[in-house]
Amino acid sequence: MPFIANTDAQRQEMLAAVGAESVEDLFANIPPELRCKGLDIPPGLTEQEVRNQLAGLAEHNSSGLISFLGGGFYDHFIPAALNTIVSRSEFYTAYTPYQPEISQGTLQAIYEYQSAICRLTGMEAANASLYDGGTAVYEAIMMSLRVTGRRKVLVDDSVSPIYRKMVRSYTSNLGIDLMETQSREGLPDRKAIADQIDDDTAAVIVQNPNFFGCIDDVTDLAEMVHARGGLLIVSCYPISLGLLKTPGEMNADIVVGEGQSLGMSVSFGGPYLGFMATRRKYLRKMPGRIVGLTVDAQGREGFVLTLQAREQHIRREKATSNICTNQGLCALTSLVYMSLLGKQGLAELSGICAHKADYARDLLLKIPGVTIRFPGRWYFNEFVLNLPMAADKVIRGLFNRGLAAGFPLGRYFPEMNNCLLVAVTEKRTKEEIDFLAHSLEVML
Amino acid sequence: MKLIFDKSVPGRRAVRTTDAALGDAIPIDRKMLRDTPAELPELSELDVVRHFTELSGKNYGVDSGFYPLGSCTMKYNPKVADLISQLPGFADLHPLIPQLPGGEVMVQGALAVLSETGRLLSEICGMAEFTMQPLAGAHGELTGAMIIAAYHKHKGNEKTTILIPDSAHGTNPASAAIAGYDVKTVPSNADGVIDVNALRSMVDDSVAGVMLTCPNTLGLFNHHIKNIADLVHSVDGLMYYDGANLNALLGHCRPGEIGFDIVHVNLHKTFATPHGGGGPGAGPVGVVERLTEFLPTSVVCAHDDGSYYLDYDRPKSIGYVAPFYGNFAIVLRAYAYMLMLGAEGLLRVSENAVLNANYVMAKLKGHYDLPIDAACMHECVFSASRQAADGVRAINIAKALIDRGFHPMTVYFPLTVPEAMMIEPTETESKETLDAFIDAMIEIAELTKTDPDQLLACPVTTPVGQLDETLAARKPNVASLGQSENGDD
Repeated sequence: MPFIANTDAQRQEMLAAVGAESVEDLFANIPPELRCKGLDIPPGLTEQEVRNQLAGLAEHNSSGLISFLGGGFYDHFIPAALNTIVSRSEFYTAYTPYQPEISQGTLQAIYEYQSAICRLTGMEAANASLYDGGTAVYEAIMMSLRVTGRRKVLVDDSVSPIYRKMVRSYTSNLGIDLMETQSREGLPDRKAIADQIDDDTAAVIVQNPNFFGCIDDVTDLAEMVHARGGLLIVSCYPISLGLLKTPGEMNADIVVGEGQSLGMSVSFGGPYLGFMATRRKYLRKMPGRIVGLTVDAQGREGFVLTLQAREQHIRREKATSNICTNQGLCALTSLVYMSLLGKQGLAELSGICAHKADYARDLLLKIPGVTIRFPGRWYFNEFVLNLPMAADKVIRGLFNRGLAAGFPLGRYFPEMNNCLLVAVTEKRTKEEIDFLAHSLEVML
Repeated sequence: MKLIFDKSVPGRRAVRTTDAALGDAIPIDRKMLRDTPAELPELSELDVVRHFTELSGKNYGVDSGFYPLGSCTMKYNPKVADLISQLPGFADLHPLIPQLPGGEVMVQGALAVLSETGRLLSEICGMAEFTMQPLAGAHGELTGAMIIAAYHKHKGNEKTTILIPDSAHGTNPASAAIAGYDVKTVPSNADGVIDVNALRSMVDDSVAGVMLTCPNTLGLFNHHIKNIADLVHSVDGLMYYDGANLNALLGHCRPGEIGFDIVHVNLHKTFATPHGGGGPGAGPVGVVERLTEFLPTSVVCAHDDGSYYLDYDRPKSIGYVAPFYGNFAIVLRAYAYMLMLGAEGLLRVSENAVLNANYVMAKLKGHYDLPIDAACMHECVFSASRQAADGVRAINIAKALIDRGFHPMTVYFPLTVPEAMMIEPTETESKETLDAFIDAMIEIAELTKTDPDQLLACPVTTPVGQLDETLAARKPNVASLGQSENGDD
């Protein structure tokens, strides 16, 4: 049998030691009427057969498209050294570091990850990871309720519609007053937020760059929220922070985001990485694992899981969150990625993405009938175009030329049926961008 | 100990970014830009590789040696599954493609993986349908609790409470609470399983459901399980199965046939996907027929011609719990594992897991207290009370095992056993490995009588000794912030 070491002879010896006649005896505690009568599952395959079968399924997917799809999930180049490091089985096949003395590798890496996330976002404390960017927004909301003791939350509609749907699912039974504010010309509408914010508002949630790709300076929003005693939660795209003003510089209280772009492939939806950072004063209100530095009896520095009194295995129903298994290896992946890119490298990469998107935008806007949806805004690597016909139709047409031209915003914003969200990463070459522009022009 | 940031040399570079030649000035208003670059390390590629290779040397995984961490099912992770997960047809597939008009035909292979994995898990668990969305075990529990809430809302039931035994994992009460339920704890009886009489006195119309692990965290199968299910169903409560211990039952018993309505399985336990030092895992959730309409959106469905599509039109669904279709690359690994095992292999998994656990229990029960002296299933739980009387606690035994080359068992859990030591060998371990572990445990038991001080000093073979956790919590230092700020208070 695959992956089982013991031979029949060894099993007999072991049964004798146990005092059982057969393995069947060991299942005697399950009453016969509760036993399974057999599984309708085909016989096992060899490694070679499984590999061939799944390689066949992989070929049924079109992964070779020239892609301008983003929407919060981006196709960045992944250096080879990253896989070499992350595949080391001492990291890969370990469990959560409950025994710190033989888990210093994982623990130090998480401490360094927490540090790198703080440095990237301009914050002071980060946790060891959450599942993804959407659950991170939800956890940030729950944290803001704990910090403020309030029940009302404002989410701007320029936050990812996928995340807004997730938050709505999670909070529907909790008696939380979850309200959406309508953005104006691509940015959170200060007046709409000012009108809705009150003394029971725990948090305002915005995204930067937002779902439409627009960049904002939300310093004024932080001031507005703080004046009413609430928190500002900012969801962000980590690659953009190579360049953009940090949520920390804009006085955000909780920063979250999807870390997939930091070295993880898009993998049809996961595994990804939810990150969370905050101010030191809110450290004890944060959900999830946190690694801290300490010393042993001889004064040697080492790392442990700390502040565990917040967590489910100690606090049970009173815990700050139910999270246990998180995305540890993805956190390591992002740390290795940030280390390989480095201080200058990330800034440069961020600049290349911005430049390529700028080039693509200029070129696409030269096509008759194509206009920018939100004029006068600043963009990082993603933007919204108005097309002279339904975006759905354009996407279908460009599929035939091997292009995934972008995301049709009508799916989540009914009034934006002719709008196409286009993302450009460093992987897209000038020739590919030119091909997109040419193909779109021909089609229109 | 040197942090990666401490190794940084200004101006040093590793990965070079490509063709920056499209322009010089950043095409974004200066006011929108950060003042200084993020203080990430400046290193060569070799510096980075060496740093993490050094760190990996301070770690221990299943590939390093025996890892009998109870309740965590640290079995061998077949390497072919990792290779398959990296195939470009899967790894480079953007999750938004099926949401594009005409996109579904481009992801048929991936949808087949999701659908087929769901079918296999449904067969193994006796459920009608599975969702792959939950991203970990506890996330599956939360999803399950949300399905319980949606069911009662739909039926117009006024339910406020979820009952959970005292031996349960901490995630169970935490998940029920964040789904909006009051949690009440049901005591265990002298046999180590849920006290049916106590449960009977607690079951009333306010009870939305009961969350159980079966076999429970003491490795015991509760043969009253059907009675418990009948009792809970009599008030229209739902039975939730925490699949953390499913490795004991594969092919022998199906949760759906013993009264459970909702199941989560931990693919990173029973289905052999790597734990990655704390994740990522995956916690797919299965339900019986009457609950399928509440499953999260989207749902993978098949057209009459056998092609797959994603159904987003689910009016009674609890909604999105993940951005897309779950931790797809983990689901894919588990699918490959199930295909390799087949029906026969699944049966052998649980048989060997149970035999290995009973063997360890039989060999050690003369040396350590066994709180419940009965045949166990996939794991056995000892108490170090006898050794603690000599001053050597479960934690010291754990550290002594580290010096002997083993990862320790789970200690101080379940909470119902004093000085608990929970040992789960899994089916992939050989008799030789178990014998070496047993010998080490017996040697440690002897030393508690002859030289307890030697044990109290453990571990001595590791880069650091026992660390001061009180200091870590009292003066937390959770990040190195670089030149501008200091992480210490």
